[in-house]
Amino acid sequence: MHESLTSLVQGFMYPNEVELQWSVLVVLYPYLTGLVAGAFILASLERVFRVEAVKPTYRLALLTALAFLIVAPLPLQLHLGHPERSLEMYLTPHTSSAMAMFGFVYLWYLMAVLVLEIWLDYRADIVTTARASKGLKRQLYRAMALWSDDLSEESRRLDDKVGYILTIIGIPSAFLLHGYVGFIFGSIKANPWWSTPLMPIVFLFSAIVSGIALVLLMYMATCVAKRVPIDMRCVDTIAKYLFYAFIIDFTLEGIDLLHRMYEADESFKSLDFMVKTKLFVSQILLQVIFGGLVPILLLAITQVVKLSEQARKAIYAVCGALTLVGILAMRWNVVIGGQLFSKSFLGYTTYKMDFATKEGLLPAILLMILPFVILAVLVKLLPPWQEAETE
Amino acid sequence: MSTDRRQFLSAFGKLLILTPAAAAAWEYVEAGKAEEAPGYRTADHWWAMVIDIEKCIGCGNCVRACKTENDVPLEPEYFRTWVERYHVPEGVSEHPDVDSPNGGYDGFPEKYRPGDGAKSFFVPKICNHCASSPCVQVCPVGATFESPDGVVLVDKSYCLGCRYCVQACPYGCRYIDPRTETVDKCTFCYHRITKGLTTACCETCPTGARQLGDLKNPKDPIHEFLRTHKVQVLKPQMATGSKTWYSGLDGSVR
Repeated sequence: MHESLTSLVQGFMYPNEVELQWSVLVVLYPYLTGLVAGAFILASLERVFRVEAVKPTYRLALLTALAFLIVAPLPLQLHLGHPERSLEMYLTPHTSSAMAMFGFVYLWYLMAVLVLEIWLDYRADIVTTARASKGLKRQLYRAMALWSDDLSEESRRLDDKVGYILTIIGIPSAFLLHGYVGFIFGSIKANPWWSTPLMPIVFLFSAIVSGIALVLLMYMATCVAKRVPIDMRCVDTIAKYLFYAFIIDFTLEGIDLLHRMYEADESFKSLDFMVKTKLFVSQILLQVIFGGLVPILLLAITQVVKLSEQARKAIYAVCGALTLVGILAMRWNVVIGGQLFSKSFLGYTTYKMDFATKEGLLPAILLMILPFVILAVLVKLLPPWQEAETE
Repeated sequence: MSTDRRQFLSAFGKLLILTPAAAAAWEYVEAGKAEEAPGYRTADHWWAMVIDIEKCIGCGNCVRACKTENDVPLEPEYFRTWVERYHVPEGVSEHPDVDSPNGGYDGFPEKYRPGDGAKSFFVPKICNHCASSPCVQVCPVGATFESPDGVVLVDKSYCLGCRYCVQACPYGCRYIDPRTETVDKCTFCYHRITKGLTTACCETCPTGARQLGDLKNPKDPIHEFLRTHKVQVLKPQMATGSKTWYSGLDGSVR
């Protein structure tokens, strides 16, 4: 133990710093919540700003957000030393703690915004399904409709009206959810890699970018799987939003970088060295070049050059995938990178990821697959493409 | 008659429910105060520490005493207190050469030669028991707190093990105890100081480089020390209200 751990250190670290505190699971947490916030914001575009072109993705985006939101607290729960005490965050929250509010923000977002909005949007469909089916299925759908059996014009109008108001509340809530996750890191003055007021806003825009990319990919994948043509007007519009959001995100991260380099405060040399060595692959290659510059350039090409449908589809698929990898790398660089250097600025440690342990790679992979399993169930229960089929 | 029976059942029912609660409450009363020091009033004290760099010889007594007294895991990643050795070549205080083999637990093997053009000194480190502790601020459930007598403590029966406080401490003074999966840190030997004793590290320091002091006790020698020495806290830019003052602290120390 002695030799193995101290051999991970270059230079000097305070002895208690050698072991990393937050593992790959804590990387997943902002990644998952980011996807939720981003997917929801895309869905809201259709509803609040009446962007008709993205309508085919509206329900899929909502269900995707829900599937990922259900999984979002699981990595944290697994990571806790005493998960059985996590309820204390609700019962006796410490009001000065940035982390204590997570439970409330999460619950608010899950129950008050997402679940309610999805329910209102689907209620009429659920009632119709309940009426058309028998036995257990009928009971299930009746329960899902909370035993409402009203399909009148008026009831649908009410659903729509309340849903609209909810979406309006939902947008700042989505901003809150992810801006808040950024604040958890950005407010730690002891850590110069994290401590910046830009952190919440960088997190927010990277969340929007990743959520849009995810919904874009999900939509294209479901179309291919269902052998229906991809609505090009829809993906073109989503890609345009992805491009705009990406430019803002990239600029914000660029400002942060430039500011650090120009100020070059006491932490700079240490962080600079870290980025050029230990974080080179994940920061320079994955986050900045392949997960940032390349998709931005490709998307820019689609905006200025007239390309064939096939070429655009291919570019969107590649950009979506690169974006998701790039944002995951960004979360990794924030969470893991923030623990690799000593707060004495005199040394570095190494993160050795385990595989089949509580906080290893295996549970991380399973936790990344789980939202898709949940989404598959949700899609089965609440088909998002009903309108397309009935057309 | 029937009313009597009803009354009896109601009273008996209440008794049945209340007995375990009363028993639990009585057990709590019998256990005495948490600090188990009947004569000790938290409002009468305000604890702090002064460390005289010039006096530290890097023997590691304090580290050993602390680990023994407080049952700190012996592995080299867990310390409530540790000692660092600084070696600062002339004019390069931004890049001191620092080491702390096993936290100084085994003392320091000879590494530098006298007259090599650099200055060498030891810096004992310990929780600064900050008056505005960033670690206390971030705890999501309030499991870590500043006691009224100025000591930052942890309620281990309450700690979630989320490790946010470890991230928030600018000095690296916290670790997760692998046996309990909860956070652990220096308590200024709270079980000792509430009984009129000093901390294990101060008790065993052969040169008196560390001194625990009670700032609310006007007769405590810490007042004279603070008056007659030029003192500094670690990372003053962090504005944590640190109550561990160093005398003779070099600018290269971080």
